[in-house]
Order: sequence, then structure tokens, then C-alpha cells
Amino acid sequence: MDALEIARWQFGIVTVYHFLMVPLTIGLGLLVAVLQTVWHRTGKEEYLRATKFWGKLFLINFIMGVATGIVQEFQFGMAWSEYSRFVGDVFGAPLAMESLLAFFVESTFLGLWIFGWKKLPAKIHLACLWVAVVGSVVSAYFILVANSWMQHPVGVQMANGKPHMVDAWAVFTNNTALVAFFHTITGALAVAGAFLLGIAWYHLWRRRRDGIDTVGADGRVVVGESVAIPGRDKADHAVWIKSLRIGAVVAMLAFAGTAISGDMQGKLMFEQQPMKMAAAEAACHDGTSFSILSLGDLSSRDCSKVVAVMEVPGLLSFLAHNDFSTDIKGVNTLVPEYQAKYGTRLPDNPIYGDRAGQPINYVPVMPVTYWGFRMMIGFGGLAALAAFIAFFIARKGTVPESKWLMRLALVGILAPFGANAAGWIFTEMGRQPFVVAPNPAMSGIDQVFMFTAAAVSPGVSAGELVFSLVALGSVYAVLLVVEVRLLTKYIRGGVASAMPELGGHGTGGPGPGGEGGDDVLAFAY
Amino acid sequence: MDFLPTLWFVLIAVLWTGYLFLEGFDLGVGMLMKAFARDERERRLLLNTVGPVWDGNEVWLITAGGATFAAFPLWYASLFSSLYIPLVFVLLALIFRAVAFEYRGKVQHDTWRRVWDWAIAVGSLVAAFGIGMMLALTTTGLPLDANGDRVGGPFAWFTWPGVLGGLAVVGFCLIQAAAFLALKTDGGVRHRARALVRRWLPAGLLPLAAWVVLVAVQNGKGFSWILVAVAIAAAVVSWLATRAGREGVGFLAMGAFLLAGSAAIFSGVFPVVLPSTLDHAWDLTVANASSSPYTLGLMSVVAAIGVPLVIAYQAWTYWVFRKRISVHHLPEPHDFAPAIAR
Ligand code: HDD
Ligand code: HEM
Ligand code: HEM
Repeated sequence: MDALEIARWQFGIVTVYHFLMVPLTIGLGLLVAVLQTVWHRTGKEEYLRATKFWGKLFLINFIMGVATGIVQEFQFGMAWSEYSRFVGDVFGAPLAMESLLAFFVESTFLGLWIFGWKKLPAKIHLACLWVAVVGSVVSAYFILVANSWMQHPVGVQMANGKPHMVDAWAVFTNNTALVAFFHTITGALAVAGAFLLGIAWYHLWRRRRDGIDTVGADGRVVVGESVAIPGRDKADHAVWIKSLRIGAVVAMLAFAGTAISGDMQGKLMFEQQPMKMAAAEAACHDGTSFSILSLGDLSSRDCSKVVAVMEVPGLLSFLAHNDFSTDIKGVNTLVPEYQAKYGTRLPDNPIYGDRAGQPINYVPVMPVTYWGFRMMIGFGGLAALAAFIAFFIARKGTVPESKWLMRLALVGILAPFGANAAGWIFTEMGRQPFVVAPNPAMSGIDQVFMFTAAAVSPGVSAGELVFSLVALGSVYAVLLVVEVRLLTKYIRGGVASAMPELGGHGTGGPGPGGEGGDDVLAFAY
Repeated sequence: MDFLPTLWFVLIAVLWTGYLFLEGFDLGVGMLMKAFARDERERRLLLNTVGPVWDGNEVWLITAGGATFAAFPLWYASLFSSLYIPLVFVLLALIFRAVAFEYRGKVQHDTWRRVWDWAIAVGSLVAAFGIGMMLALTTTGLPLDANGDRVGGPFAWFTWPGVLGGLAVVGFCLIQAAAFLALKTDGGVRHRARALVRRWLPAGLLPLAAWVVLVAVQNGKGFSWILVAVAIAAAVVSWLATRAGREGVGFLAMGAFLLAGSAAIFSGVFPVVLPSTLDHAWDLTVANASSSPYTLGLMSVVAAIGVPLVIAYQAWTYWVFRKRISVHHLPEPHDFAPAIAR
């Protein structure tokens, strides 16, 4: 493997990893803010407990998002210096705005929220959380503006061989970015919904297993109380059943949101990156059918061995044009078009290194785009269906005693994470061989695009990249295990893990010296 | 001289100075976790002096990086790719440090805490050293070719000015942190922190002063020497004030030292942002490394709104958490078992 390939693996791995934390931060943050608002309005104990419990898990995850985000920010300069030089004039701006207008807000106000319990007036304390959470949504907007510019470069003119921003409005209202923002936020909510649902199910199941809750003759729950287990009182039941219902509803609505926005994205993609859509369908020939299952050697990348097994006539055309009869161009039609526009071989320019003059393959890795697209939709749909069933099963106030159902609910948490990762891998790998995909709406001389082969840092050796890939990869692997174990510990602890005042093992009382009293911090590391 | 690129050069200098001033003490507090704090309670005290603010401080670094990308993409690309290996270490250090702050208190187990203590101490040290190295090298130069790419192999950055810069930031952070602890805590930690500043202030600030002088010699600008003199005077004031028991004045004077020192450095190198040690024709300058006037104009509007806001709400945070804390204010660590029947 040469430097380029290692750099690509590294970018893919650290970015997908960062995006494991991101959707949970965005989605769970919004839900915790809503829970605290409801508590503030109603004063009901269960909402305070829910705020504290989910807030704790939110923080355990948030910090990993912060830690891995810094890598993202630095790696453009470190591993992709030619890319940074080329796009800096447009791409740097949203990144800098993200830091200045979003990350500062997020981190500062979250600090105030964590340490401000009882120190700040209740209203201001709540406002701090909202400000921090809105900050994370704003950060998503800015980074998606940057990313969408790579998918659909707008608002620029070429000067001295580089794109220069001439229309900031066009860059920041890029239609690709607006729908991606909608899609990503709803995708994040899908993650949070399944998270609430799965964990709440576990605790309701636990309460039945331990004989605290029982089911009456009419199938309705009879809520009980256990003095032996800290925090297992009647309000505890309310925390979980409400969390379960909120989670299920959010998961279903969020999936509907991803479907609506995803449909909009599909239509844009047919216009902006026709090859990506053709590859997502493994569609070799022009046609109108959406493939449910295509077999054969998808990876041949020349389309000769792909066999469509099951197809829905007209659906592909509907996705692209809202009618059932317009032919969509297949790979075999598109390749010559791309070759005519962007060349058949990489130019003889030193920035391509050994690859200069080599033929360009315009077809992305089809098994990845084809299955990535289907996994995104499939996992998302599965999670929504599961949420629907769970909502129904739990309608009488608790969940069945089945251990398998409980396990299923917990495993289900992973589905929307998988959908998100698949969505990104599809989007980014479908864009290859371009790192900045050409915008077909621009005329020949204005064409802005960049081949991935030209983007990597020329001064950085393969050895350095291997070193960083191994170092970051192994640290990330260890930290993922640590994070999951810590989350598990806090999840199993229930509400008492986030609220020492619920009693139990070890007290949260004043510190040594006795003079503590009111002076003791409500929260400390 | 073009106005907008100059403005952005100044702004980036401000971001770096703000970063060193603020994260200076939380990096330093991190380094003191092992050697200075005597027991578990003192370590928790140290952590909680910076608990609410360290993440916000770190964003100054992210913003300095992002602003460099937006305003001077060629500077960002050359500097970050040339220092590939040191920056990998900086990133690993920052990752461990961030995670350690949050996770350390979440399991009540000695080994667990010890591992994260080391992560904080070493992470803070490595991050400070690496960032100091990067800043020093951008003022003294790297072996870059005409395209701005490093020549001379993966370790070409290993030079004396780089090491000096690393020591400068580590030394500054340690002293700054001790001065901060003297202001922010009560009890034994406060007294020992004050003693540390009194004794070690000259040694701690010396490498930074040496770097300031090095840049002044290298560039030979008259007014640089005035700033050098101001910086050294501020350091002396800081020392005298601390010895006289005026900790607040001492802390402010240390800030003045940093301000004058970084003003001397950045104005000294101006308009060069990253010299090439191979051929000065290949130096990256404010003029040839910057973004277009349109982008800089847009970013200026954003900065004019954003920067004052950030300063305002971060100042408010410091005000909210302004009280001195001592070991008596810390709640007992809280352990819990799974909420299940056994
Ligand atoms: C759709 C959302 C999204 C996407 C695509 C990305 N991020 Fe991210 N990022 C976030 C959403 C987010 C967030 C939700 O705002 C995080 C997650 C946890 C957090 O603290 O903020 C965050 C954290 C985070 C941080 C730390 C901020 C802090 O210290 O508070 C940095 C520097 C970045 N990100 C940078 C990036 C870069 C350069 C990306 C592109 C490759 C990227 N992120 C992809
Ligand atoms: C604004 C945000 C993003 C930007 C600017 C961005 C940019 C890039 C760049 C520069 C590359 C390297 C060139 C290449 O190999 O294609 C890349 C590749 C990649 N990115 Fe993104 N990306 C962003 C977000 C994401 C996210 C959030 C994910 C997934 C979670 C992701 C997944 C990938 C993957 C999997 C690759 C590797 C593609 C390949 O090897 O072919 N990206 N992206
Ligand atoms: C019916 C359902 C869905 C459809 C039709 C759909 C459609 C799409 C399309 C066309 C893209 C590619 C955009 C581009 O490359 O320009 C995309 C990307 C993506 N999808 Fe989906 N999607 C659906 C469901 C989901 C679900 C359930 C999730 C997550 C829970 C999800 C997460 C993502 C992500 C993270 C991306 C990459 C970022 C972006 O471009 O917005 N999608 N989706």
C-alpha cells in the first residue's frame, strides 16, 4: 500500500469512529434538554431522574466526541496538505466558523451545566444546557456545509488553478448541505431514540425479573417498590416507561425524517453525482428499476458480471424524478461521458506521484456503494419497526419477562449506529475517484474538481502514515472498550448511578472535615 | 501591506496567545497531578480547579487551527504536514487527557485512578511540549521546498529551536498553573503552590524568554527589543509581586509577560509566517499564504461578532466559578452497584 491508500484508510477509520460518538451526542443532548425542560415545567421527580441518568451517559459519550474531533480538525493539514491548499479558500471558512461559533459555545456552556447544578439559578442552568445542545446542532450544520461543498462545489470561481469563494450565500445555502443537515440530524435522533428504548426496556425487564413490578389480570402493570435495591421505588418505574415511550416515538419519527430527507438527497444526487447513484444501484444499463437484490461479481467494476435478481420497475425513476418512466443512466452510459469530460488518464503532474498518467476508474467500488445504501436504509427501517413493536408491547406499562426480547432490545441500539456509518461510507466512497466531485452544472472552464490521488500530503511518507494509523487505531480500539464498559456500568447502576442522594453504596454527603454543609460542590470530578 | 491578511495574522497571534494564557494553567495543573499533589484528595482538588473550564480553553487551540486553515491555508498545510509525527503525539496526548478528566472519577478503584492520573500528567506534558515546538518552528523555520513540503525525512523538525519552544511552553505552563492554584485554592495546596512560584518562577520562564530573544536576534528589528524589555520587566514584576505576597498582581504580570513575549515573537517574524530554512525565496508569508480577500472579509465579519462573544461568556464562566475551593468542598466519591437483586 502506498501513502495515499494508507491515508484513505486512516481518514475513513477515524472519521467513522468520530461519527459513532457524534449522533449520540446530538440526539441524546436534545432529548436530555427536553427532559430537563419538562422537569422544570412540571416538577415531577421522574423527569429530574431521567435528566440526571441520561445526562450522565451523554457526558461519558460526549467526551469521546471531543477527543476524536480534534484529530479530525488536524488531519486535513497533516495528511491531506495538497487538498488543504486547493480547497482552503472555501473549505476552511465553515471549519473556522464551526470552532468559533459552535465549539466554544458547546464546551463552555456544557461546563457550566455540569458544574452548575445548584450553583446557578434553575432557569439559567437549564438555559445553559439548551445553548450547549444548540451549539452541537450548529456545529453539525457548519461541518456539513464543508462536506457538502466536496460533494457539490458551488459559489466559487477558479483563479490561479484554485477555487476562490465568490458567493458565500451559495456556499452556506448549498442545497446538498441543507438536505444533508436535515438527514443527519434525523439520523442522530434515530440513534438517541433506540438508545433510550433499549436501555429503558432493560430496566423495566429487570424490575419484573426482580419481582418488583408484576402484571395484573388485565395485563396492566402493578408497580411495586423494593427497599433492598437503591432507587428502585415507584418513580423509578415512571422513569423507564416514559423513557421507553419517548425513545420509541422519537425513533419512529426520526426514521420518517430520514426517509423524507433521504428521498430529497437521492434526487439531488441524480443531478449532481449520477455515477454515485448508478453505482449505488449496481445499475449497468439505463433503466427505471430499483434493485432489491443484485448478485454476481459486483466488484468487477466493469459491470459485465452483474445479474439483477429482483427489481421493482419504475421505483428508481421515481426516486430520481417522481415519475415511473424516465430512464436513469447506468454505469455503461456514464463512463464514456465522464471520460470525455474529465479525461481517461490522470495528468502527467508530479502531484500524482507514481499514479501520474495512469488510467482513471470512474466507477466507485460497487459492493460498497450498493450494500452501503441498502444497509443504511435497512438498519434504519429495522430500528423503526422494532420501535413500533416495542411501543405496542409496552402499552400496558411494562415489558414481558423474556430474556431474549430484552437482549434484542439492547442489540437493537446498534442498528441506527450501523445505518449512520453505512450512510457515510456510501456517501464518501461513492464520490471516488474525486475528493471534490465535479459540479455538472458548471461549464467546462469553471469546472472545479480534484482527484483523491492528488490530495494527499506529498511530504509525508508512508512510514509516518502507518505509524499514525497504528497508533490512533490501537488507542481508539482501547478507548472504545473503555467507553462501552463505563456506559454499561452506569446503565446497570440505574438512576442511582447518577444520583448519589438516592442512597445505596457510598454516600454523596459532605467531604471530610465536617465543615462542608452548603459549601460542598454539587458536582465534582 | 495588505490590510486583511495582516489583520488575520494579528488575530491568529491573539488566538495563540489566548490559548497559551488559558490552557497554560490547565495544562500545567495537569502536569502537577503526579509530582505536586500529595494524596487523592489533593489530586481531585487540582482537577476541580480546572474542571468547568478546561474544555472551553482547549477550543482556543481548535480555533487557532481552524482560523489558520481558513485564512492561511498554505501555512496550515505546510506546518501541519511537516510536523506530522510530533502532532500525532500531541493528538494522542490531548485524547488521553480529555478522556481522563471525565473518566477518572467514574470508577472507584486505585489502579483505574492511577492510570488516568498518568494520562493527565503525561498527556499535559506532551501536548504542551509539542505545541511549543510547533510554535517555535513556525517562527524559526523548517526545511521546506518550493511547494511548501518538508524535505529531509520524517524527523527534519528535530532542531534546537524546536526543543527550546517545547521547553518554553512547558515551563510557562507549570509556573502559570502554580500561580493559578495559589489564587484558586485554599489550604496546603495554596501554600505549596505559592512557594513553588516564588522559588521556580525565573527558571520556569527562562526558556520562553530565550525564545523571544532568539527571534529578536534573528530578525533584528529595533522595536522587537522594546517588547523584549517589556516582557522581561513583566516577569521581574511578577516575581517580586509574588514574593511580596501579592498573588493577583503576580498572576496579571505573568499574563503581561506572555502578551509582550508573544507580541515580540509575532511582530518580529512578520510578514513571514513560516520561513524555509533552505531558501528564503520559499518562505510562506502573510501575502503568499493567505486566502482571497473575499474569504478574509467574510471571516473578519464572523470574527468581529464571534470573538467578543466568546470572551464575554468565558469570562462569565470564570466569574461563576470564582470561589476558592479546598479539599473540604469536594463531595465524597460516589460508588454504586447495579440496580438488581442478588
Ligand atoms: C454531523 C455532525 C458532525 C460531523 C460530520 C463531524 N462532527 Fe466533529 N463534532 C460534532 C459534530 C460533527 C459534534 C456533535 O459537535 C461534536 C461531537 C461531540 C462533541 O463534543 O461535539 C464534535 C466534536 C468535534 C471537535 C471537538 C470540539 C470540542 O472540543 O468541543 C472537533 C475539533 C471536530 N468535531 C471536528 C470535526 C471535523 C474536522 C469533522 C470532519 C471531518 C467532523 N468533526 C465531523
Ligand atoms: C465535513 C465532514 C467531512 C469531510 C470534510 C470529509 C472529507 C473526506 C476526505 C478529505 C476524505 C479523504 C479522501 C478519500 O479517500 O476520499 C474522506 C474520505 C472518507 N470519509 Fe469523509 N469527510 C467528512 C465526513 C465524513 C464522515 C462524518 C464520515 C463517516 C462517518 C466520513 C467517511 C469517510 C470515509 C469512509 C472515507 C474513505 C473513503 C475511501 O477510502 O474511499 N466522512 N472524507
Ligand atoms: C428511507 C430511508 C433513507 C433514504 C432514502 C436515504 C437516502 C440517503 C442518500 C441518497 C444519501 C446520500 C447523499 C449523498 O451522497 O449525496 C444518504 C446519506 C446518509 N444517510 Fe441516509 N437514507 C435513509 C435512511 C437513513 C437512516 C435511517 C440513517 C441513520 C440512522 C441514515 C444516515 C445517513 C448518513 C449519516 C448519510 C451520510 C451523510 C449525508 O450525506 O447526509 N440514512 N442517505
